[in-house]
Amino acid sequence: GVKDGSWTVLQLVEALGSCLENTDPRTRGRGIQLLSQVLLQCYSQLQEKEVLHLVLFYENRLQDHHLVIPSVLQGLQALSMCEVLAPGLTVSVLKAIFQEVHVQSLLQLDRHTVYSIITNFMGTREEELKGLGADFTFGFIQVMDGEKDPRNLLVAFQIVHDLIAKNYALGPFVEELFEVTSCYFPIDFTPPPNDPHGIQREDLILSLRAVLASTPQFAEFLLPLLIEKMDSDLQSAKLDSLRTLTACCAIYGQKELQEFLPSLWSSPLTEVFQTASEKVEAECLAALHALSACLSRSVLSSDSEDLLDSFLSSILQDCRHHLCEPDMKLVWPSAKLLQAAAGASLRAYHCVTHSVLPLLLEQYTKHPQSSQRRTILEMLLGFLELQQKWGHVEEDESTLLSLRASVCSVVFSALTDPSVQLQLVGIRALTVLGSLQGFLSPSDLELVVDHLLRLILHEEDSQSSEAAMEAAGSLAPIYPKVFSGRMVPRLEEELQAEREEESSQDHCSLRQRCLQALAAVSTHTSIVRETVPVLLQHLRKVQKGTDAGSAQDLVSVCQSLHRVALQCQQDAEGCWYYHQAVVPCLLAVAVQAAMQESTQPLLGRALLEEEVLAAMVPVISAATTHLSPELAAQSVSHVVPLFLDGEVSFLPQNSFPCSFQPFEDGECLEAQRRLVALLMAFVCSLPRSVAIPQQERLLRELLALSCSCNCPFTATTAAKCFAGLVNKHPAGQQLDEILQLAVDRMEPGLAEGPRRTQALTLLLWVTKALVLRYHPLSSHLTDKLLGLLSDAELGPAAADGFSLLMAESPDVLHKGCHADVRIMFRQRFFTDNVPKLVQGFHGAGPDVKANYLKGLSHVLNHLPKPVLVTELPTLLSLLLEALSCSDRVVQLSTLSCLQPLLLEAPQIMSLHVDTLVTKFLSLTSSPTMAVRIAALRCAHALTSLPLTVLLPYKARVIRALAKPLDDKKRLVRKEAVAARGEWFLLGSPGR
Amino acid sequence: LIRSINDPEHPLTLEELNVVEQVRVKVNDAESTVAVEFTPTIPHCSMATLIGLSIKVKLIRSLPERFKLDVRITPGTHASEHAVNKQLADKERVAAALENSHLLEVVNQCLSARS
Repeated sequence: GVKDGSWTVLQLVEALGSCLENTDPRTRGRGIQLLSQVLLQCYSQLQEKEVLHLVLFYENRLQDHHLVIPSVLQGLQALSMCEVLAPGLTVSVLKAIFQEVHVQSLLQLDRHTVYSIITNFMGTREEELKGLGADFTFGFIQVMDGEKDPRNLLVAFQIVHDLIAKNYALGPFVEELFEVTSCYFPIDFTPPPNDPHGIQREDLILSLRAVLASTPQFAEFLLPLLIEKMDSDLQSAKLDSLRTLTACCAIYGQKELQEFLPSLWSSPLTEVFQTASEKVEAECLAALHALSACLSRSVLSSDSEDLLDSFLSSILQDCRHHLCEPDMKLVWPSAKLLQAAAGASLRAYHCVTHSVLPLLLEQYTKHPQSSQRRTILEMLLGFLELQQKWGHVEEDESTLLSLRASVCSVVFSALTDPSVQLQLVGIRALTVLGSLQGFLSPSDLELVVDHLLRLILHEEDSQSSEAAMEAAGSLAPIYPKVFSGRMVPRLEEELQAEREEESSQDHCSLRQRCLQALAAVSTHTSIVRETVPVLLQHLRKVQKGTDAGSAQDLVSVCQSLHRVALQCQQDAEGCWYYHQAVVPCLLAVAVQAAMQESTQPLLGRALLEEEVLAAMVPVISAATTHLSPELAAQSVSHVVPLFLDGEVSFLPQNSFPCSFQPFEDGECLEAQRRLVALLMAFVCSLPRSVAIPQQERLLRELLALSCSCNCPFTATTAAKCFAGLVNKHPAGQQLDEILQLAVDRMEPGLAEGPRRTQALTLLLWVTKALVLRYHPLSSHLTDKLLGLLSDAELGPAAADGFSLLMAESPDVLHKGCHADVRIMFRQRFFTDNVPKLVQGFHGAGPDVKANYLKGLSHVLNHLPKPVLVTELPTLLSLLLEALSCSDRVVQLSTLSCLQPLLLEAPQIMSLHVDTLVTKFLSLTSSPTMAVRIAALRCAHALTSLPLTVLLPYKARVIRALAKPLDDKKRLVRKEAVAARGEWFLLGSPGR
Repeated sequence: LIRSINDPEHPLTLEELNVVEQVRVKVNDAESTVAVEFTPTIPHCSMATLIGLSIKVKLIRSLPERFKLDVRITPGTHASEHAVNKQLADKERVAAALENSHLLEVVNQCLSARS
């Protein structure tokens, strides 16, 4: 009644009168409980006067019998949420609570009520509480002293944090407040199993840390505690104190830290030197970093000594001598400590490097062994990398600048060292030096380029020449002039030099390196303009040559071009330049080669080989995908007529002996038809907004070509091109007509005749195009595909087609070339078709069952793992059946599907452990190497299942795995050793 | 195979410490024998037996049963070379050592950490 206003609270009180004044405390308690419940529900409607009376009443009741208190507190909690509470009442309520109630003798729930009363007041009546001064703090300290329940502690910590953060007067009670909270540090709490409150140890740790690190006033008490706990034997205590220290450093100044610095420093030192745990080490370093940052933040007063200086010098003193012994264990910890301290601020950095860098350089010359030199150089590199953090080298005080000559000479000597490891470090150091603006002088820079060139071209170890290329690539955008002026011409020279005296093997690999290097340095637009003509010229030259290895050469030119294309995609201008330079040239070269063939059969054929064309596809595609729509439209108006009408005028050197008509019939035009691959690369990579001229005609021609051509390469490419266009074609009548036409041509082709495979290819690609864009016709086509699984001739190919449908295709129909790909198309395909596959499997004859399993395992293989894990229970039995299927492709794909599942869903898998173990072990003696390897990997992955499930099988597995140890193939033996070793370790100590 | 075994005292592998080297490993596939000679870091290295044991256990676990193993210290690099070699060659002592759970723990640590 009170809620809707028909009763006032006072009436209720009167009605309850007898009950509230009853002499039996139980009855009184029930009365008050009822009243409190009512208040909790409708505290927002109370009038100020009512509140006043109620408050007085409740305060009175606090002195009552202990049975009554819980209800009284609930009532007060309701009142504390009242907005109309008169000023002054807050204070009196709190005083009453502090005085009358001994909070820690109450039950957990009631203590929680008290805390929430306080929290409510702190939220709404901050001013009044502050008026209480330190008394409030003291009262609260008494309230929370001895609290044990984690739920209440969380609230209490929050209150303390607010107390400090909102500047309540702490008065003389700082130490008490600290005592009452710090006694919980470090927190050691394990939530009971099935805890409904979900309080984690981490929550408590974090909230306590927030309290402890909230004010510098705690420093004098907290720091000794932290120092003590850092030396604790418990790793968790160590970690917690180090993290708290890191948090504290964010607000402390040097005044707080001063007194404790020596001991604060000594415990991380011993930890880092001795610890085996990476976690502790990382925390130590973080704490040191924070300390040093904190010290360097404080402003120097002229009379006090610079704490940072003395702190750093003590670190240096402890670490320096370790740096001189690069063979010993303590080198790296020392270097890490110094780097952590130096990384905190520029001033600290100067201070540390001032003493360390000369030392390291000196040590480098003292130690002649390359392994020692490597260690020293790696440390040096660490310091140089820190310098990067502050960007440019400051002219006046940098120690680095004064050491420039010796640093450079050290790095260069590393580059000429015969040890590959040292070279690699040297190259990394060089990259860092180069990225420091203004550090390298022009003459040094030329030396750098020369060194890189030498490494790229003449270093025997491929690892370091690759690293050198990478370094060249990252330095080139910073110094484009030096690289394009010095490196590119040299590479060009090398490329063109015909060396008769050398064996062709060497020459070939040298050319390869040149090409790769040219691609690698093309990371800046101005360099791209230099390198692309060089590459294209080389392409033409190779194409004219007649030697047998030229196909391989062409492929590597294309790979280099592709890399350049990827590197200049982001930059619109560079991209357009590249497109204009490369695409017509490639087309011209290809067209020319195709024409020549009709007259002179052998010359220039290399360019038309499948692998070369396949290598050109990504080049054109990468050059096209990032074009802006207008530029792309301009270029499409040249390329499409070239293929449809033989319009060759835009190609450079366009004097050809005969006309270019790839879509015409005729025996001698086979070569020209292959160039459809280039057309595909171009039109399928265009942005969707670009309209393709004569699209209908193009589609019809492609369709005809894909169904009628005898050459599988051409037919497949035409089908892909068709699919790529269909995927982007806007929906509507036109699209439906085209698709109808395609279906009409496909169906008779599939039914019978010599070109069934071509029809299947077309079906697969068109299905993929439609599945990707959720086109309604796609389900019809997939049904057709499912039907083909039972076909004796095409069944296996159709099953393999499922992998094509689900996998990402490298050249067309993916996101990168603007295809219409809906998210989750795989999941959708899965839910639509897997039931049909399973059904088909059960209904199929024994000879074609394998096809269904194959299709299924292809689909599963490409499905995102989280989806698969949820579907697993239903599919697992089928998968296990697939393992006993004799087709090795099925076995292989099932195994590769199961292996990640073993790692990710051990719980489900462990139900079937018996079958799994048996199947895997029998497959380890399969005649196919790949299956044996996969089975051994699965056996290895089995060890991630729960130990108790596995132990019964341990002896059996170890015995069975002894056999593959003696396998003929090395790779199998390797997997067997890994798997067996892991099974040996199962359940034995020291793991 | 044995190159990645960890040293019981250092955070490095046996290969990095030059305890085992390729020239000192002889494999004869036809006669099914493997002979490994390892060099302790210092002549008085107290861990020599343990290193030898680790190598031996790793090989037992990783090689087919037909191989006969022979793990010994490189001549002239350890003070009590003869005693250690005798211990390692004694099948029963190796087996007994592996029954000792504490020893097995150390050996397993050597074999597992970086595998």
